[in-house]
Amino acid sequence: MNTQTQTMAHNGRQTQSQKQRLVVIGNGMAGARTVEEILARGGGDQFDITMFGEEPYGNYNRILLSNVVNGSQDASEIFLNSLPWYEENGIRLHAGVRATKVERIARLVYGRSASGIEIVEPYDKLILATGSRPFIPPIKNVRGADGQLRPGVFGFRTLDDCHAIMAAAAQSKRAVVIGGGLLGLEAARGLLTHGCEVHLIHLSALLMNQQLDREAAGILRTAIERMGIVPHLGVSTAEIRVAPGDGQSAGLADAGDAGRVTGVVLKDDSIIDCDMVVISTGIQANSSLALESGLTVERGIVVDNHMRSVDDFSVYVVGECAQHRGVTYGLVAPLWDQAKVLADHITERNPNAIYTGSKLATKLKVMGIELASMGAPDPAHETDEVVVFSEPKRGRYKKLVIRNGRLVGAIMLGDLDKVAYLTQAFDKNSPLPEERLSLLFDVGTPAKKVTLDEMPADAQICNCNGVSKAAIGSCVAAGKRTPKLVMEGTRAGMGCGSCKALVSELVAWFCGGQAEEDPSVHYYVPTIPLAKKELSEAIVARGLRSVSSVFAALADGKEDATSKPALASLLSVVWKGGQIEERDARFINDRVHGNIQKDGTFSVVPEMAGGICTASELRRIADVAERYQVPLIKLTGGQRIDLVGVRKEDLPAVWRDLRMPAGYAWGKSYRTCKSCIGVDYCRFGLGDSMALAVKVEQRFRGIESPGKLKLATAGCPRNCSEALVKDVGAVAVEGGKWEIYVGGAAGSHVRKGDLLCTVDSHDEVLRLSGRFIEYYRQNAKYKERSYTFVERIGIERIRAIIVEDSDKLAAALDAAIEQSSADALRDPWQEGDHPVTPNQFRSSLPVGGG
Amino acid sequence: MSQRHDLGPTAQIPPGEGRNFDVAGRRVAVFRTRDGRVFATQAACPHRGGPLADGLVGDGVVVCPLHEWRFDLASGETLNGTCPLEVYDLTVDPVGNLTLELP
Repeated sequence: MNTQTQTMAHNGRQTQSQKQRLVVIGNGMAGARTVEEILARGGGDQFDITMFGEEPYGNYNRILLSNVVNGSQDASEIFLNSLPWYEENGIRLHAGVRATKVERIARLVYGRSASGIEIVEPYDKLILATGSRPFIPPIKNVRGADGQLRPGVFGFRTLDDCHAIMAAAAQSKRAVVIGGGLLGLEAARGLLTHGCEVHLIHLSALLMNQQLDREAAGILRTAIERMGIVPHLGVSTAEIRVAPGDGQSAGLADAGDAGRVTGVVLKDDSIIDCDMVVISTGIQANSSLALESGLTVERGIVVDNHMRSVDDFSVYVVGECAQHRGVTYGLVAPLWDQAKVLADHITERNPNAIYTGSKLATKLKVMGIELASMGAPDPAHETDEVVVFSEPKRGRYKKLVIRNGRLVGAIMLGDLDKVAYLTQAFDKNSPLPEERLSLLFDVGTPAKKVTLDEMPADAQICNCNGVSKAAIGSCVAAGKRTPKLVMEGTRAGMGCGSCKALVSELVAWFCGGQAEEDPSVHYYVPTIPLAKKELSEAIVARGLRSVSSVFAALADGKEDATSKPALASLLSVVWKGGQIEERDARFINDRVHGNIQKDGTFSVVPEMAGGICTASELRRIADVAERYQVPLIKLTGGQRIDLVGVRKEDLPAVWRDLRMPAGYAWGKSYRTCKSCIGVDYCRFGLGDSMALAVKVEQRFRGIESPGKLKLATAGCPRNCSEALVKDVGAVAVEGGKWEIYVGGAAGSHVRKGDLLCTVDSHDEVLRLSGRFIEYYRQNAKYKERSYTFVERIGIERIRAIIVEDSDKLAAALDAAIEQSSADALRDPWQEGDHPVTPNQFRSSLPVGGG
Repeated sequence: MSQRHDLGPTAQIPPGEGRNFDVAGRRVAVFRTRDGRVFATQAACPHRGGPLADGLVGDGVVVCPLHEWRFDLASGETLNGTCPLEVYDLTVDPVGNLTLELP
C-alpha cells in the first residue's frame, strides 16, 4: 500500500523482509508478557515488533510495587525487562511516548513523546495493552484546577506514583488511604513503614469485601489494627480539606501554602486530619484511544474469544483494558492466560486457541498477614457445601465453598499450608477428596509445617533419593515445568512416593502458580494416550495378549522400559490367565520370584497362611538356611519367615528343599494376611480370625494387582493384627459379625481404612473382599495403593458398587476374581525345576571361547 | 590394545533381557533387545552397584532395578543420574555369535 510505504520512508525505516508489522501500544505487564509469549512461539520471525510505552522505563512487575512503597525492594529490582532486552529481541521501544491516535482504515498509530515529537507507525496487526488507571471517586477538592490530582493526593498504580508516595510519606505525619481492597491495604501497610500514622477509609463495612466474608473481614480488621492502621469502615469520603486561601490553585505544594491537604471530611461530617491521601478505589480501563478509533468499548474494550476487538480482526486487546464476556480483570493471572491465547492465535500456532475467562485467586502480600482467597467468598446455591474453621483469637479462618464436589471459593487466613493444593484444585476444577478435613489441615503430620516460601533451599524434599528444594528449583528452571518431568529429572518422589504431593506443590510454586499439566498423568502408561479403561477396551477389542503386541499396536512399536510391568499387570487382569507371558516385561522380582536386595541377592519368603506353621516346616527352613549359608533369617511384618540374601543361582535348590509354596513377598500382588490368635485361645476373641486368614490366603494368593495388597483379620476390635490399617481388613465384632475395612495403610502413608460393610460369615468376607479387590484391580492406576484409590473414588461410591450393586457389576466382578484365583493356583517356584527363559537363575555366564 | 572375546550364541540371552558374562576377570552386562540389537556395558550401576543385567530394557534404555537410574545402552549416558556407564563394542556374526571387544 502506497501510503504505508511513504509513511515508513518518512519514519526512516525500510522493511526488506516479508515480516508483518506488529505494533503494541502499552509496555506494562500485559503488553510485555504478550510479546514474550509471541517471541516464544517464533513470532520474532513473523513480525517486526514495535512497542509504545508511556513510562520512560522498561517493563516492571506492578505486583511488587507495594514492596517498593514499603521499602523491602528497590525500584531497580522489580524490572522484568530492562531496556537492553528490547534491543536483544529486535523490538523497537518508543519509551516515554504516548500513543495519541489509531487510524484503523490506514492502519497507523500516532504517538507523541514528552518533548512533543510526533511519531507515526504503520501496522498490519495491532495489540492494545493500554491497561488501566486508578478510578478516582468524585470527592470534592480531589483534583486541582488543572484537573490533575491535587498535590498531596496520590493514586497508587505506577512506579511514578510509588516514588511520589514515598517522598511524601517521608515528610508526612498522618496519611489517609481511601479504599480497603487488596491494593489499599498494601498501600496502608507500606505507609506505616515510613513512620506515619495511617488511617484507612473503606466504603464497605468489610475489608476486601470482594474477596472476604464477614467473619474473615473481621479477623483481618483486627490484624491491621494490631499493626497500627486505624480503619474507618462503612463510610465514604465527601471532601478533601485543604488549607484556606486559594484552594483552587495547584502546583504550589510548599509546606504552609494554600491548597495543601489538611484532612478528609467523611459523609457524616466527621473529619480526619492528615497531610497526604492515597486513593486506591479500583481501576478503570484505559480505553479512550480505542473509543476514539471507533472500537466497541463498555467497561473495557470488548473482545472475542481470540482476544480480538469485536469490530476489527487486525486489532487485539489484552490485559486490564480488555472486556471479555462482560468481565474486566484487575489481577495478573488472567492477563497471563490472555497473553497465551493471543500469542497462539496471532502467530497461528493454534488458530483455535480461545480464552474462556479466568478464575480469580489472590494473596495478600503484605507482611504479617497470611491471606489467600479464590473465587466467591459465599455460597450461591442452596446445595453448595460450606466447610469452615474459625479461630479468631489466633487470627485463623479457613472457609471452602464446594459445589458438586469441586472448589468454587475459598478463604484462607492466618495459615496458608493448604493453599498450593487448593489453588490447583480450584484452577483445574478437579474433584476434591471426600475427607474435607484434610482440605483444611494436614491431618496426621507434625503440627507446624513451614510454608514453601519459608522452606530453606537445602531442605530435603525426597527423603528416599535425597532431593532438595533447590534441586527441584533448578530442574524447573531448566524448563521441566510439570511434576512428572521434575520427578523423572531428579528422581524426587520415585522412592516411597510419599513426597509426590509436596514435589507437585513445589513445582507449582517455582512456576509461580503456572505449572503445566502433563496430559500423560491421565494415561495408564505415559507413552500410550489412553486411560486404563480405554486401554483395557482396546486390548480386548484388538486381542492383544502380550506386552510386545500392545506396544506394536498402540505405541507404533516403541517400547518404554518402565511401562512394561504396568502393561503385564493389566494384561493379567484383562485376560485372567489367557495372557501371553513375556518375562522381559517383568521387574526382576517377578522374573525370579524373590525380592531383590541391595547386593543383588534375593529374599525367599515361603507361604505361611495366617502366620501358622508346623514344626517340620520350621526344621526345613532351618536346614535350608544352613545348607545355603543364608546370611539372615528375619520375621517379616506379615507374620512370615524371610530368608534374606539368597544368591540367584541358589533359588531353585532353596525352593526345592523348602518344599513350601511361594509366599509372593516380592510383587504387585496379594501379599499376605496377618491374623491374631482368634477365638481358640484368646480370652477376648469374638471370631475365628486364624481360620479366616487361612481361607483368605488360599483364595487370593498370587493374584496380581495394581499395588501390593496386605490384608489382616482380627478376632476382636482390639485389632492386634492391625486390620484397620490394611488394604483390606476384617474385624470380628459381637454377634458373630465381621466388619470389612478397605483402604487402610501404615507405611509411608498412614490411614485408617474405611468401613465398607458388616457381614455375617467368613464366606461373606471372602465374597465382598474379593469383589472389592477385583474392582480395585480393574480401576486403579498402576502402583496406586488402595488407600489412594479409595480416597479418589470415595467410600460411598465404592460401597454403592460393591455392597449395594448399584452399577450391576457384582456378578461380573465375582466371576472375574474367581477365574483369576483359579489361574493363580500354579506355584511360580516350580520354575526352579522348569525354567522359562535361558539362564533364568544365573548371576553370570562364563565365557567359553577366546 | 583391545581384546576380542567370543561370548557364544545370542540365544543365551532371552529377548528384551540382559545377562552378565564373566570375561577376563571382568563382569560385563550384555543386553538383547526385542528388535534384535545387542549392547554391552559395565555390569554394576555406578550409583549403588545394582545389577543392570536384571534391569528393565526398552527403547534402547536400561533401568537399574535398585533405584531406577536410567542409562542409554548405546552411549552409556545417564538419563536421570549423575554418572554414565562404560559401554563396549559388541557385534553379532551371521550365525548369531557374539563378539565383545574390551579396551
